[in-house]
Amino acid sequence: MDYSQFLVMHQEIGLLILILLVFLFDTFSSRQAPRGLSMFTVCLFALVTLAGFVYPWEGSSASAFGGMYVTSPVMTAIKNILNVGALIVLVQAMQWADSEFMKMRRGEFYELLLITLFGMYLMISARHFLLFIIGLETASLPLAALVAFDKQRYESHEAAIKYLLTAVFSSAIFMMGLSFVYALSGTLYFADIAASINPENSLMLTIAIAFVIAGMGFKLSLVPFHLWTADVYQGAPTTVTSYLSVISKGAAAFAFFVIMVQVFGPFYGKAWEWMLYALIILTITVGNLFALRQKNLKRFLAFSSISQAGYIMLGVMAATTQGLGSLMYYILVYIFSNLAAFGVIQAIENKTGKVDMDSYNNLYSTNPKLAFTMMLAMFSLAGIPPFAGFFSKFFIFAAATEPGTPALYVLVLIALINTIISLYYYLLVVKAMFINNHEACVIPAFRSAGSERLAMTVCIAGIMLVGIVSCVYNGLIDTTMMNPEYIFGVFGN
Amino acid sequence: MIFSNILIYFVVIPLVMLGLLFLCRDIKQVRTVAVIGSTALVALSVYLLFDFIHLRQAGADAPMLFTGSWMWFEPLNIHLALGVDGISVAMILLSAIIVFAGTFASWKIDPLPKDFFLWLILLSTGVFGFFISIDLFTMFMFYEVALIPMYLLIGLWGTGRKEYSAMKLTLMLMGGSAFLLLGILGIYYHSAPEGGQLTMNLLEISQNGAIPHGWQTFLFPITFVGFGVLGAMFPFHTWSPDGHASAPTAVSMLHAGVLMKLGGYGCFRVAIYLMPQAANELAWIFLILTGISVVYGAFSACVQTDLKYINAYSSVSHCGMVLFAILMLNTTAMTGAVLQMLSHGLMTALFFALIGMIYGRTHTRDIRLMGGLMKIMPFLAVCYVIAGMASLGLPGLSGFVAEMTIFVGSWEHTDLFHRAFTVAACCSIVITAVYILRVVGKLLFGPVQDEHHLSLTDATWFERLSAVTLIVCVAGIGCFPGWISNLIHNSFLPIIEVLTK
Repeated sequence: MDYSQFLVMHQEIGLLILILLVFLFDTFSSRQAPRGLSMFTVCLFALVTLAGFVYPWEGSSASAFGGMYVTSPVMTAIKNILNVGALIVLVQAMQWADSEFMKMRRGEFYELLLITLFGMYLMISARHFLLFIIGLETASLPLAALVAFDKQRYESHEAAIKYLLTAVFSSAIFMMGLSFVYALSGTLYFADIAASINPENSLMLTIAIAFVIAGMGFKLSLVPFHLWTADVYQGAPTTVTSYLSVISKGAAAFAFFVIMVQVFGPFYGKAWEWMLYALIILTITVGNLFALRQKNLKRFLAFSSISQAGYIMLGVMAATTQGLGSLMYYILVYIFSNLAAFGVIQAIENKTGKVDMDSYNNLYSTNPKLAFTMMLAMFSLAGIPPFAGFFSKFFIFAAATEPGTPALYVLVLIALINTIISLYYYLLVVKAMFINNHEACVIPAFRSAGSERLAMTVCIAGIMLVGIVSCVYNGLIDTTMMNPEYIFGVFGN
Repeated sequence: MIFSNILIYFVVIPLVMLGLLFLCRDIKQVRTVAVIGSTALVALSVYLLFDFIHLRQAGADAPMLFTGSWMWFEPLNIHLALGVDGISVAMILLSAIIVFAGTFASWKIDPLPKDFFLWLILLSTGVFGFFISIDLFTMFMFYEVALIPMYLLIGLWGTGRKEYSAMKLTLMLMGGSAFLLLGILGIYYHSAPEGGQLTMNLLEISQNGAIPHGWQTFLFPITFVGFGVLGAMFPFHTWSPDGHASAPTAVSMLHAGVLMKLGGYGCFRVAIYLMPQAANELAWIFLILTGISVVYGAFSACVQTDLKYINAYSSVSHCGMVLFAILMLNTTAMTGAVLQMLSHGLMTALFFALIGMIYGRTHTRDIRLMGGLMKIMPFLAVCYVIAGMASLGLPGLSGFVAEMTIFVGSWEHTDLFHRAFTVAACCSIVITAVYILRVVGKLLFGPVQDEHHLSLTDATWFERLSAVTLIVCVAGIGCFPGWISNLIHNSFLPIIEVLTK
């Protein structure tokens, strides 16, 4: 066996070494040093993230293990995006992880979190369904443990059980779909399935695709597979919620794009265009309508993230390089915007334990910087220029209308009308913080921890710059042009 | 180099102001930055005006001058494309003057003066950016930049039902821009003939003339409605009265004076210029709607008792007139439309400034509770009369020039349909006279209703400065309309050319 194949997986291997180092440090270090482990993990992970950007991109495309695993610039790019997001999450978590409550569990938290990230890497790079399933399970099951981390809170347990059952159930559905696919094609390699499926047997194919979409729909929390989302987001520790809402969703969205386009691409018009069409409309609309009445900010962001997933799916609907680039760009922008919001929620929760919208009334008078950060996050999520969210929305809409059929214009129109609904509830948060100034603020003025301020600064910089500085988007689109066969397979040629 | 283009400074100056405002520590510094910045903008726009006229006289006959284009987002061929014609120059000048006047009108804004000016300047960044752009994407981006500060400006510093009004205004205007975005995407994907390079540049799209007829009949209505919402077209005008009534003075000034003009400007610059065939066919539908705006707005103003509501409905009527004139699709009427934009912008800004000053003293805007202000505060009262006279079209002031041009242009259509609507729109002038004179009579000349008012003082220096600036401009357009209508008139030739092709 040619062991140099493993070098193709350099990003995964780097992450694995990191996990091992964290494990060793955690095992052999004294429990008395409170900050040591967090600093150690964050610094090393920052190095891993940086390495992803430094490593030569050009010509980094390769496949290993007989085509089970591939990598190309576009996959390096999405892994880098997830790394950046995970790094911000880790920095935000430092304050919480260093608390007295977490003293005995700090190591497990970092290890489990990084292992799920490793699973997501595999999901992104896998081109064989066996490897994909391994990645999927590695990415989901440890998350259930993370959700249960707040072990003194009843909601945290409930959320963990819900998440675990949903994850297992959705995996079962997904694999059911795969067994149909295997029956139709006799292979589990992405590239071969599309070529060897007999399109005559269309009922079975449609059922297979429906199962696969349903299975992934649970991971992405698309309506009607979203029912776990709000409870889990509310019950989980805020760090884990923010990780679930951006990183986990981002990886699943990319993997979903690859599966739909490479495996089922030839049956786009025949079998799954209308399914996805209906799912997108449902996801965006239902997510928005439920977000309108939420009073708990974590639940509120749960429903907002459901509707955001619907917008991300517009990129899959386009199924073009432009769609893929816009989808990745949307994930990047969404990471910055959502993490800025969660950063504020977490800082306030750590200090006062309050997460309901009413306690944010008149926040601007006591904590102007936090209120300002929250406002930027809300504006970016709502798609207001000149913040990054506007650009990502515009590009994903542009990608979705590119094929030019009237049905897609109707879809984009529905999505656009939904942006107005979402603007209403995002503005409600802004209203609470800035305009409800006749009420006394229940959150006293405080100075948030250095790590929290660092994470929020990075998010603000992202929100401000990722849109206006055009090289980010241009660069992402360029990477999608390199080695498109790893993403699109036979489809589109 | 991008900074060698004079137009970019209309965005750079407000951005620098924003940066400086962030650093300000007390209200004195805030005022200094705001005054210096807005003066610089007025100076720059006057310079631009003379430079533009000079270039035109020297024989530059391109449709847009000072053009420049820098690649921004390559995959969608989005440029930062700048360029102005006579209309944009006039609108930029109007915006600069109103920002200047608005700065002085909000001299004593309370609370949070720094935040107020931050949002106000961000709003004006959007306005200037919109007028200098000739790329659909940047136009749309600046358009939305100008809309969102309104929410906080009204919600935080407004009066009355401010939270309701702010939300209603923001959602309705953003709703309009949602349609607009769809329209822009549709235009972009049909901007070049099969196989050609797609573009967002207005001039190139118009030159290509590639938008198929079927798509035009779909895209024209949605872009027109998208901009029409901001132009307060019936039945999408309902945000306007509530929004104006709740907004603080400077915001009402900017909003009625400039922001609503974005709607009218976009209607001919995007909807009509790029989709001329559909414009010719479908103009009648919108003509009916805007005709209703004109008459309905005027009637509604007659029965209001709140000074700001009266002016808000009067704005619906006057802005309806702008769209009405644009839809006549001939040079004279469209020139009148731009004159009306300028005239209404200045006059309404003056109105709202004066109402703000009166309200700041009497703490009421209900005309039934006030009277005899001519004796108490003669300066403000005289200014109010002048604004009223401009509004009802007294010769020598700007309103007369604008409305006269519009009606002459409209009368060029000889069919019954256009004639009937022209006559109906003319009638609105009479109704305007009714509600203006009713207010002037009750408010200024009637008996003093409240003896506490007798102790009130007249305008302070910064209020006088704000009002006099606007009055000079109103009278300037009224007395010397020739140079400005020449400036505008020639700029419509490219649009008329595509319409008659």
